[in-house]
Amino acid sequence: MSSLAHTAYPEEKLQEVAKLTLCRESQVSTLLSIFGERQHLSFPSIFIYGHTGTGKTYILQTVLSTLELPCAFINCVECFTPRLLFEQILNHLHHHHPAPENEFSSKERCDTFNDFVRLYNRGMSELSLQETFYIVLDKAELLREMDANLLPGFLRLQELTESNVTVIFLTEIVWETFRPNTGCFEPLTLYFPDYSKVELQKILSSEFPVKYSAEFYASYINILLGVFYTVCRDIKELRHLAALNFPKFCEPVIKGEAKESDSHKLWKNIEPHLKRAMQTVYLREISSSQWERIQQEDREASHLKGLSAHAHVELPYYSKFLLIAAYLASFNPARTDKRFFLKHHGKIKKTDFLKKHEKTSNHLLGPKPFPLDRLLAILYSIVDSRVAPTANIFSQISSLVTLQLLTLVGHDDQLEGPKYKCTVSLDFIRAVARTVNFDIVRYLYDFL
Amino acid sequence: MFYELRIMTTSSVSKGCFVFKPSTKKKKTSLTVADYFNEGLKDSEDGKKRFESCQLLWQQMKSQTEQLQEELNKRLFENLIGFLRKSHADFHDKKDDWSCRMRASEIPTAALVLGVNVTDHDLTFNSLADILHETITPYVVLLQSKECPGIKQLLQKLLIQLMGNTADIELDEEEEQVTISQRKMNCSLASLSGWYKRATKKPASPKKKRSSTSTHWESPPVVVIFKDLESFTASVLQEFIVISSGYVQELPLVLVFGIATSPMIIHRLLSHSVSSRLCIELFQSMSCTEHLATVVDQLLLTNHFPFKLSGRALQVLITIFLYHDFSVQNFIKGLQLSVVEHFYTQPLSVLCCSLPESRKRIKNLSHAQCENIRHLSSFMSYVESQTPENQVKLLTNDSFLKEMTQEFLERLTSYHENFTPILRCLHHFTCILPKYPLGKQVRELYCACLEKKVWETEDYNSALLLLRMLAKDEIVTTLQKCVAVLTPYSEKELGHTLEKLEEFLIHFQSLEENTLNGEDEDTSPQKALQKKTDLYQLQKKLLEMKETRRAKKLTKFEMLRQDVVDFIDCIVREYLVPPEMLPLHEVVYFSAASTLRRHLNAAPRVALHTALNNPASYLKTLENEAGSVSNVAPDICIAYKLHLECGRLINLYDWLEAFSTVVHAGEGSDSDSAQQVDEVTHARFIRAVSELELLGFVKPTKQKTDHVARLTWGGC
Repeated sequence: MSSLAHTAYPEEKLQEVAKLTLCRESQVSTLLSIFGERQHLSFPSIFIYGHTGTGKTYILQTVLSTLELPCAFINCVECFTPRLLFEQILNHLHHHHPAPENEFSSKERCDTFNDFVRLYNRGMSELSLQETFYIVLDKAELLREMDANLLPGFLRLQELTESNVTVIFLTEIVWETFRPNTGCFEPLTLYFPDYSKVELQKILSSEFPVKYSAEFYASYINILLGVFYTVCRDIKELRHLAALNFPKFCEPVIKGEAKESDSHKLWKNIEPHLKRAMQTVYLREISSSQWERIQQEDREASHLKGLSAHAHVELPYYSKFLLIAAYLASFNPARTDKRFFLKHHGKIKKTDFLKKHEKTSNHLLGPKPFPLDRLLAILYSIVDSRVAPTANIFSQISSLVTLQLLTLVGHDDQLEGPKYKCTVSLDFIRAVARTVNFDIVRYLYDFL
Repeated sequence: MFYELRIMTTSSVSKGCFVFKPSTKKKKTSLTVADYFNEGLKDSEDGKKRFESCQLLWQQMKSQTEQLQEELNKRLFENLIGFLRKSHADFHDKKDDWSCRMRASEIPTAALVLGVNVTDHDLTFNSLADILHETITPYVVLLQSKECPGIKQLLQKLLIQLMGNTADIELDEEEEQVTISQRKMNCSLASLSGWYKRATKKPASPKKKRSSTSTHWESPPVVVIFKDLESFTASVLQEFIVISSGYVQELPLVLVFGIATSPMIIHRLLSHSVSSRLCIELFQSMSCTEHLATVVDQLLLTNHFPFKLSGRALQVLITIFLYHDFSVQNFIKGLQLSVVEHFYTQPLSVLCCSLPESRKRIKNLSHAQCENIRHLSSFMSYVESQTPENQVKLLTNDSFLKEMTQEFLERLTSYHENFTPILRCLHHFTCILPKYPLGKQVRELYCACLEKKVWETEDYNSALLLLRMLAKDEIVTTLQKCVAVLTPYSEKELGHTLEKLEEFLIHFQSLEENTLNGEDEDTSPQKALQKKTDLYQLQKKLLEMKETRRAKKLTKFEMLRQDVVDFIDCIVREYLVPPEMLPLHEVVYFSAASTLRRHLNAAPRVALHTALNNPASYLKTLENEAGSVSNVAPDICIAYKLHLECGRLINLYDWLEAFSTVVHAGEGSDSDSAQQVDEVTHARFIRAVSELELLGFVKPTKQKTDHVARLTWGGC
């Protein structure tokens, strides 16, 4: 007996839905009861939210396709203009696919919401569709950044078109951040909670490979979750990781060193491997294909350096000093330049010198903007030899900006003297300074 | 005056100066490069020949650099192509097995770290695109950040480049394919994947395949290259990756990120949820310093080209490279500039060609050119060293001079032939020394040898001292390397040197065999110590041993080592003479380092400052009165000089008064000029100030009425 009971749909379809949507019984049955029967008017708009990888998209897709409900499934990231959004919905309505035959064009051209409502109504009457039409807008948070009338319009589309349509919004954030100032129709909100560890275990182990027994795979998933559950609950990512590391888990069995039931031996084999995976593959420090290669060749993962290991950047000599000067200008108060860069600055005690708000470390506050002239003044005093202000020096500054090591602040007026910020980290600048034998810490106000 | 200015006679719409040489007879309608070259020659001797040899030489050098570039990139490209093939194979035989189903479909991505020399990247990307076109796929898209401010433009660019590209391929087969109306089409990946399906189905049809397409796979990947990842907006990239990851099943997309700094930037630009959709592999190109080293090695340290750079000119180019831009392209541009400049300014550069060719040219030298030779400083110093009879002959007899010139050039060629191998040998020795007294790279040693007598420098002497302390195996391996360097020259003058080095090697080998016999004498004093002795005797014995050790004869090895080092010193003194010592070196050496510096490393601020502060340096009519403000200088200069004395805010009225005082300074009657500023002066002042404002030296401010803010250096 299926836990889902609904008179409108055939029993075997419901059972199939139940089989495909593990651990989401309550959400599915809520949805089905909101949907009602095929011809019934449903609630105009439903707002579904929940974390990444909690099965929102998957559940909706499964329910709609298994029950063969007419729907348009739209990913809002793809539709970066309202026109694309409207036209895609209309294409779905008419079962029209952009193809070479129609020169990849849409069924109808549709630029405004008004046109959309008109064309939608026309389509409905042409098709004489009686059943509820479902428009699912995935990644609905992007609607907020589009035209202001879009979100309120879709919320009450049923009313505007006077037809049997339900709009479903899927997003990761709560409804409160959507609500426009001008007020709108309140949708029905539905929350998809995170899967618990038990649920994850159940779902993941249900997809065991044919070659192995379900128990064997379940024990593997158990170990996997033990390592990864604290950092990741995204079911897609977990599934990916499970598939990636499973060959390593099976290795002793295939070699004949252990039996499927030797859980302790298998655990000892896989656990350090998974921990290493958490530090590398999971963070995409090294790619999954590289990880697989390592597994196959049975090498130590430490041989392969991750992306972050290649932090060193080779720079021309003056660029290094420009960057150091920029860092000093960004993190030292301008008043202290005299103390650092003049020979006879006199003694200035740090405590006398501080204003109240300067007591906090500048490194905690982040970089401050500085004018070009200050950068050059510091540069001239930290480079041992004489530096001529040549065109090359200036072009180096702008290439540092394009490399994202400096950023230009408020570039509306070039003549007025542009201002920059230095965006590199302390570790980075220390590494750079070390290559030119410059003791940067001695020049930083925070470390006096 | 040599040139005359004619403004009215030319039919030009815009105003301008046209320089004519009085000798010009015909006015040409369109000038070729050669004409431009000849037009401005100060010394028009052999202009045509000079131009031709310049062009020829540069063509040779250019093709050499291009070849070099190709070889250097070869490894990187091979790795990349391997990666593309592999990523593609995964897509190709996508089995419906368990692990494939469970795996998230990631987009294969190559992170290509190319270094900060952004100017060089274009070339690399273009050749990469060409190679991919040839070997893997016709679908290669190059994207630049400035073309893609938003996701819409990015997709548009992508679709146009892809669909336009196949239109080219099948142009003759199907005309209607070309006309996909961009306006009607939706720029979305859905259309792209539809198009891809159709495009890849095509070759399967019985139409005869083209040879170029047949090398591609059945479903070639679509390679999207992001040329400058750092400058792309994070949101655009993220959106693109999110969208395309939805299509990766139907569209075998491969991304290539061109990274200038470090791969860390990927994590900075992309959030984890986005980067988890990528399968990133890292590829690193050769570092640009290594690249430069090979360029110097292949272009400058060879005898393929008659042209040479002097030490100082080379130093300028290398300094710009190391201190400013790390760009090999710019280095090569600088080299090109020096080639052109050499042929342009040096009338005797006509002789800068291969030896047989120069023989012919010497015969045809005009009298004026012979005079040019006599004016060369290297020739003059040579003349001074000759006997009086010879001096007269050299200075008066043209045919004798030509003979001598021929000899000088031959001497130069053989000098170059010996110079480079010996330089390399010396470098093999010095590059293993601690702290590298003569530089780590061969180019540093090269510069040092070009500039002065290297054996007179302190660094060389300290290097020799260190060489005298080398261990045996080090000496032997280095000697072997030197032998390898010299082997191709065994037929020539250096054959003798080679023999000598081989001899040394044999000696070392025989030493090795003898060491076993010779050891016992060394150990005897130690044995004496081990006997039981009292304190006094021990002291005495130790003193004795110290004496003997000081006077001790050197071991055979030490003697041999001494010999080797002496020999090296000897050949260095013989062959690594700086080129300035040779007569007629000006013919092949380009030495105008200051010209190079002025052209390649311009100082706009300094130039502006000198122009305004000291107009006499540009306007020769003004007499030079350093320091003081002269009233004959242009108004803007007066205003500029006065503003230098002000603080951050300048009172306009004070400035005007000062201006007026200066302008009327020469008129003597100082009493009434202070009272009232006349209108003309006022107008001149306003013009000067607005010119300064236009140049960005001052700007109006609202902080104080009647004040302008000073923007120049020192205003604080």
